[in-house]
Amino acid sequence: MKINVTSVLVDDQAKALAFYTDVLGFVKKTDIDTGGGRWLTVVSPDAPDGVELLLEPDAHPAAKPFKDALVADGIPYTSFAVDDAQAEFDRLSALGVQFTQPPTPMGPVTTAVFDDTCGNLIQIAEMADA
Amino acid sequence: MGDLYKALSDPTRRTILDELADRDGQTLFEICSRLIMKHGIGASRQAISQHLDVLEEAALVRTERSGRYKFHYLDTTPLHEIAERWPLPQKEPDR
Repeated sequence: MKINVTSVLVDDQAKALAFYTDVLGFVKKTDIDTGGGRWLTVVSPDAPDGVELLLEPDAHPAAKPFKDALVADGIPYTSFAVDDAQAEFDRLSALGVQFTQPPTPMGPVTTAVFDDTCGNLIQIAEMADA
Repeated sequence: MGDLYKALSDPTRRTILDELADRDGQTLFEICSRLIMKHGIGASRQAISQHLDVLEEAALVRTERSGRYKFHYLDTTPLHEIAERWPLPQKEPDR
């Protein structure tokens, strides 16, 4: 058994695809029309055969209150690894991305948290000895 | 208003104030992250939230909603009460 896909619940798949590719820099891997929505995944250009991130519709009625509660408390839905948190903060801020937490040293990691515009907060984490 | 001295009596609450002094305007998540990663304080999010409630009742912390996020800010104004009750020594002029 291995983990090959994980997901974020997004409020609009087309908007999410634009943000996760054009802004974050991931690339589209799979895009299949499943009737009610799309099986839509992106991967890191550094690992095209790595774990896929599924941009999954948040249509279930429980999803929005759940997401809103996480966002209100500043809790990221998931976390991505970066080489340089400050550089990503600068790059994404220049693109208009809103951060709830600027890069902050947290012991062995430096983390920052931003809004993915699709109803989630996302953490980026730089390991000190990466 | 909650009791200022009770609010200040707890080491975790004092550490929360230290971290807000380091950077003002933090989410609950950031406060919890700093406590565990910088201070080894692995209290539950609910416990930290209750500490924040005590600090807020003592007016040492105030919260502001900004859009969908809620941020916590340090307010040291109530500390004047301490200096008024037990005045600080006058500063000696520089020699």
